[in-house]
Amino acid sequence: MSKNVNIRRGANIKLEGAAALQTTTTEMASSYALKPADFLGLVPKMLLKEGAEVKPGTPIFHDKSDDRIKFVSPVSGEIAEIVRGEKRRILEIRIVADKDQQAPSVNTIDLSTGDGVKESLLSNGYWPFIKRRPYDIMAKPDESPKAIFVSCFDSAPLGADLNYLLNDQYAHFQAGLDALAKLTTGKVNLGVRSGNSGFASKSTNVVKNTFSGPHPAGNVGIQIHHVDPINKGDVVWTVDAQAVSMIGRFLTTGIPDFSKTVALAGAGVKEPQYIKTIVGANMSSIISGRIKDGDYRIISGNVLSGDTVAGDGYLGFFPNVVSVIPEGKEQQFMGWLAPNFHKFSLSHAYFSWLMPSKKYNLNTNLNGEDRAYVMSGQYEDVLPMDIYPVHLIKSIMTNDIEKMEALGIYEVAPEDLALCEFACTSKTPVQRLVRQGIDTAIEELG
Amino acid sequence: MKLLKNVFDNLRPNFEEGGKFERYYKAYEAMETFAFVPGHVTHDGAHVRDAIDLKRTMFLVVIATIPALLFGLWNTGHQHFLALGQFMELGDGFMDKFLFGAMKVLPIVIVSYAVGLGIEFGIAVAKNHSVNEGYLVSGMLIPLIMPVEVPLWMVAVATAFAVLIGKEVFGGTGMNILNPALTARAFLFFAYPTKMSGNLVWVSTEGQATVDGYTGETLLAQSINSSTQYIDQAGASYSSVADTIYAAFMGWVPGSIGETSTLAILLGAAILLFTGIGSWRIMLSFLLGGLSMSYIFNMWGANPFMDVNPILQICMGGFMFGMVFMATDPVSAAQTNTGKWIYGFLAGFLGIMIRVFNPAYPEGIMMGILFMNVMAPLIDHYVVEANIKRRLKRATVTA
Repeated sequence: MSKNVNIRRGANIKLEGAAALQTTTTEMASSYALKPADFLGLVPKMLLKEGAEVKPGTPIFHDKSDDRIKFVSPVSGEIAEIVRGEKRRILEIRIVADKDQQAPSVNTIDLSTGDGVKESLLSNGYWPFIKRRPYDIMAKPDESPKAIFVSCFDSAPLGADLNYLLNDQYAHFQAGLDALAKLTTGKVNLGVRSGNSGFASKSTNVVKNTFSGPHPAGNVGIQIHHVDPINKGDVVWTVDAQAVSMIGRFLTTGIPDFSKTVALAGAGVKEPQYIKTIVGANMSSIISGRIKDGDYRIISGNVLSGDTVAGDGYLGFFPNVVSVIPEGKEQQFMGWLAPNFHKFSLSHAYFSWLMPSKKYNLNTNLNGEDRAYVMSGQYEDVLPMDIYPVHLIKSIMTNDIEKMEALGIYEVAPEDLALCEFACTSKTPVQRLVRQGIDTAIEELG
Repeated sequence: MKLLKNVFDNLRPNFEEGGKFERYYKAYEAMETFAFVPGHVTHDGAHVRDAIDLKRTMFLVVIATIPALLFGLWNTGHQHFLALGQFMELGDGFMDKFLFGAMKVLPIVIVSYAVGLGIEFGIAVAKNHSVNEGYLVSGMLIPLIMPVEVPLWMVAVATAFAVLIGKEVFGGTGMNILNPALTARAFLFFAYPTKMSGNLVWVSTEGQATVDGYTGETLLAQSINSSTQYIDQAGASYSSVADTIYAAFMGWVPGSIGETSTLAILLGAAILLFTGIGSWRIMLSFLLGGLSMSYIFNMWGANPFMDVNPILQICMGGFMFGMVFMATDPVSAAQTNTGKWIYGFLAGFLGIMIRVFNPAYPEGIMMGILFMNVMAPLIDHYVVEANIKRRLKRATVTA
């Protein structure tokens, strides 16, 4: 049964620098990297050493708790360096790419059964695209999810226009959906924008649920909550829409190909547009020559929940967007008193609510200092879930596991509460706390 | 600007680690962040943040109290001269009235801020946490709910009590159970009742001879004897109940410094509602609660106070001030939206009930709100429990 859901609570933050609908193909980056931190809950176990030659699809490490889950090289080249942090934790595996890319070996894939699909995805590095709720961590191959959810639009600020991104990927997208359908006892659910289903309009073998309203309507966690909420004991899988089409492309051709398109957007970009690149590419191949002079922050992902990366850092495994926004290290004289027409606030304490169509050039300033909770009702106004977010956060702060469970820790991911963090007067680090709560829940509740 | 920035830049090393005044860093930080919004950037989570912070929030509440404060200054003078039989018309002697009021009221404001902020800074330095902005509002609210004749030392003692026992023992701003400003008032009310009630505290006569018929009674005190006949400070009768309501609405009647003018308070309410800082749910439900209780009393009608016109009932005394500035304190109010409806309604309802039933002192809004402050966590608890039950039920339905 498909559902039409009208999301009322939430907010669209309009930022300058949305990507224009044109795509540039970048040159090969000189290096690529896999970052184990992209995959929550993963402890990597290396299969290859520094200096090893790899091709696209060559396994480099696997998950220590399940050696079937392989993580593969996106390009051909040589493992140049394994960067380690504290306690020898692996931070990055850097691969220097060959000038002339070697062709990957072609796999024969058994698409007839769920096990065949699963096996192909696991051994060719595609499995990590599948995430699991509760907890928003990597899916476990032996679990059987009650449903699989794919959000077909990105409502986050400066989010990629998936209709543009995947417009010509229809066949691959469908192939991916068909394969995913074999992995669940239930249905594959698509969340599409009401009145603008775009590339997903022709998809078959799925349940389409339409959503209207502001961000976070495009977050898959919100969509699950409104269509088929997660209760204790339930498992649901989620896959990003572009990842579905990448999976479909691999299953159709048998060739491990990790190329993807990302939006390069934000006020720091000269000509915001879409860039064709490869998973894990060195950021300089994406941004060099394309961003303005000045102090800018480069974010692998969107401005609400992406990761800061250095200009010579690496694109993450999942994002469809690279955001570039100004750093905000300037002090402002009596800033809390000034009218500040250039600042944006969801509260009515600034004038931005009177100018709903204005676009803002927001920087990374915290706009205040850490405080205890004083205001109430702010989180509820931007979280379209039947959950009391402040009480959930407080239960995490006090490490009250029973309360966390009862108040909805199974249903949330940090990104779902990102707007709460944005809106918070007291500047509480909501997403960090949600992640901390999820880590505790995994430890204590399994 | 540059100059001020240089001053701070020059001072900072003294307060940073290893500096002479290292242990006073938090006090320095409070001053610097007051002058300049700091250049802190986000480190994890959302990279961009809403422009709102606690300083602006609190400052907007202070702005919202200004109409009530300004009116209170004038009215203090007006009541004074009325009692002496001078400047009898409203428009007469505006500056005299205003200046007299300022001389009486501003010392109370200064004492309240000096004592309260002094304690806040001291505790912040001792416990090495940031100075919280909450007292900017409490410091203004405390004078506004005092009778004008309250001795300054009592204001100081009450403020110290409110900040220490009302707030800091619970962990500071954001952790308190009771509204700090009302705690200050309640403290004085129970510790020094003769200075907080009766007919002698509301109007400053400075011992001078008053006009014939002067009693110093507030409208509330008069309501005990009659719900239709009211007199003003000069002993003149209001011609009708509507006339009394008009006077109470405009605010030229005796009472606590900032509580008398419904109009000035509603101006403040407009600011709070426009900016979204005051909860409309609490204000509306508080109003409904007060009106309901008044109508119920009207139907009962066992004594004159029960017969008071509901509109007059809510325009008199501290009802409006409590509704707009006290009940809406986000820390001590209920925090869930459903809880706010229940909390506000009961606070208004109980406020009027205590006002009418309490034989010792004809005002109960303070008690109603403080009682509901105590109950607010319980209300929230049951609202959240209902949410938990609903979510559990969902599981059995879909299974």
